[in-house]
Amino acid sequence: MALSLSTPAKSAGRATDPAPRDSPLRRKRNRERLRNLGFLSPWIVGFSVFFGYPLIATVYFSFMHYNQIKAPTFVGLRNWRYVLEQMPLFGPALWNTLWLVVVMVALRVVFGLGIGLLITKVKTGVGLFRTAFYIPYLAPPVAATVAFVFLLNPSTGPVNEVLSWIGLHGPNWFNDPNWSKPSLVLLSLWGIGDLMVIFMASLLDVPKEQYEAADLDGAGAWTKFRYVTWPAIIPIVLFAVVTGVVQTMQYYTQALVAGKLASGVSIGPGTVIQPGYPEHSTLTVPQLVYSLGFQNFNTGAACVLSLVLFAIAMAVTLLLMRKSVGLIPAED
Amino acid sequence: MALRRFRTRVPLALGAAALLLSGCASPSTGSNTDDPTKPVTLKFWHGWSAPGEVKAINENIARFEKLHPNIDVVSTGNVSDETINQALRAGGGDAPDVVTSFTTNNVGQYCSSGMWVDLDPFMRKSGIDKAKVFPKTLLDYTRYEGVQCATPLLADAFGMYYNKDAFEAAGITRPPRTMSEMKADAVKLTLRNKDGSLKRAGFMPNFQLYQNSPDRMFAQWGPEYFDGEGRAKLADEPKTEDFFSTMRDLSDAQGGYAAMERLRARFGDEMSSQNGFLTGKLAMHLDGEWRGLMLDEAKADFDWAVAPLPVPDDQADTYGRGYLTGTVAGIAHSSMHQNAAWELVKYLTVDTEPVVHFANAIHNVPSTFEALKSPGLDADPAFRTFIEIARNPHSQAVPPSNNGGQYITSFGGFSQSVEAGRTKDLHRALKDLDDQIDADNLQSEN
Repeated sequence: MALSLSTPAKSAGRATDPAPRDSPLRRKRNRERLRNLGFLSPWIVGFSVFFGYPLIATVYFSFMHYNQIKAPTFVGLRNWRYVLEQMPLFGPALWNTLWLVVVMVALRVVFGLGIGLLITKVKTGVGLFRTAFYIPYLAPPVAATVAFVFLLNPSTGPVNEVLSWIGLHGPNWFNDPNWSKPSLVLLSLWGIGDLMVIFMASLLDVPKEQYEAADLDGAGAWTKFRYVTWPAIIPIVLFAVVTGVVQTMQYYTQALVAGKLASGVSIGPGTVIQPGYPEHSTLTVPQLVYSLGFQNFNTGAACVLSLVLFAIAMAVTLLLMRKSVGLIPAED
Repeated sequence: MALRRFRTRVPLALGAAALLLSGCASPSTGSNTDDPTKPVTLKFWHGWSAPGEVKAINENIARFEKLHPNIDVVSTGNVSDETINQALRAGGGDAPDVVTSFTTNNVGQYCSSGMWVDLDPFMRKSGIDKAKVFPKTLLDYTRYEGVQCATPLLADAFGMYYNKDAFEAAGITRPPRTMSEMKADAVKLTLRNKDGSLKRAGFMPNFQLYQNSPDRMFAQWGPEYFDGEGRAKLADEPKTEDFFSTMRDLSDAQGGYAAMERLRARFGDEMSSQNGFLTGKLAMHLDGEWRGLMLDEAKADFDWAVAPLPVPDDQADTYGRGYLTGTVAGIAHSSMHQNAAWELVKYLTVDTEPVVHFANAIHNVPSTFEALKSPGLDADPAFRTFIEIARNPHSQAVPPSNNGGQYITSFGGFSQSVEAGRTKDLHRALKDLDDQIDADNLQSEN
């Protein structure tokens, strides 16, 4: 209401009769501005402290040599050239991160939606199923990863034990560079509870009468999903994909813990633990950022990597948002 | 008007932001003007965590406090290098005064960044001639470009543990001394399951196994990593290609890399009762001197012994050498009590009695000449073997670098690619590795 009243007055005042400095109209406008700023201030403070300042700092340090002891010195584009041209681990880390983004996000959405669909169809004991699928999500990431490394241990883990009972030779899971990323995907599917709940809520929100109309028209299960369910839940799917992409771009803890545990190496005198075990197959860009910034104290290069990751995440998100414009039905 | 205001305000805001950013970027520096006889509380951070280790270091500290009643030491254990690094960079009142590190690879970074203070002035004040106190190899890994920012606090020597029962069953009478002998023995010691998979490897050269990092194995060749100007020279070092081909031969003779990896995946954690050597899945194994104490405590169900790791055939006269590293101690740049801190560092690392006591307690190699020849040193024969390795003039530590041993990490990743057979042109790849190491080192320089 305040906006709709003030806008015409503002434009009218500018065009014909500018309000004097101490006029009641000007005082009212100032009060409105202050009030609006007051309402916005929590967001402005939060945005400035947790996004604006870190972003400016990251850009600033990306042009500096800074080891977090001595004062930063300006080095121009040296850090950028180093990361983009001379750092061989950047390629594998980016490849692993993008691999996880594509495979993990796609499977998590498909799996979460599938579980959500199944549970909405269950007539009895639905609470039990919901709980069973949601509880793993509550496990802290480190604990969940430790449990998975134990379950998938090629020698003593129960998974390969069970596989051997049915005559299958289980893979080396986290110890095999070809299986390490799929093992991380399995871990993420185990904790699918968050997506399942979101999808269930959206599925239960689809108007019943649309299904009834489809039934009257003789639609089958697939046709009902394609023409009734899917259009109704597409904004939620898009939300799941976008947040999934952003989260997976920041994938760190599980990959680091799984690699360290599966390697079996204890940190001892002179031991250098390289993230990404085995053979850099689980090295992600955030791990490389940590390694550069807080192990090598190469702050400038770490900032460059962070900015590259930010730019990729931003670009992918914008692309997804743009592509999805035609998919989301207009509000009534 | 608005545009003009924007034009003036934006540079002002950016300037203010830059000032703010650069102002945030300088942790406090400490002081060495304190009187070490005045009452003071020192914060001492170390990495030991096993009960026996903590007990031993606490006993040394208690003795130190008795000798220096004005100094109270607050000791914090189980602190990693990463935590120490970050605490010292962040600064603040709770940062430690005296620090230790398990990773000699980081010494170059500590010295070049100024995070650990130069100890030479303190040694001079105390009348200590470091060359007469510490063996040269140990001195080398505690300094960088003339800055002695750490002192050795016990050393670690690497050798070969072997299963005497398995040797006897295979008809082998003594541990191998050259790589050819090792290959022949490894073949005899290798056992297979009915399905052809490996049940026991004679020796597993795979670089991802426990302590088998390539820099440790490569030390048997006595390589030079850098030329006189500090440029990487792995491609021009003839020992490098010999090292990789010897490791490949050793692996192929026992079934190949893939078979070895399948066996390795079936080992438990290094420090657990499922350790590959402890469970008899390895007949020979590279490890540090501390493993002996662990094998005793775990009551290994086979007879074992220790020998130096074999050397290349063309360097048979260097047999007895091994890879050396160790714990190092230093004083934080932010400490306000650096003279008092030096008293503690001196006591723990220079004085013979605490060094010998700690070495005996945690089964590490003493790091001073006096302690090495002390009659109070443990007479355990396995331990003696490691002491001999530490004394051997051919034994080698890796040279320090200004970036926490990034070149060792790069060499490690490269070696894994070579052993997995993914490197087609080894010489070309080594040239690229040298370029990479040079670029990393340059990037870390101020």
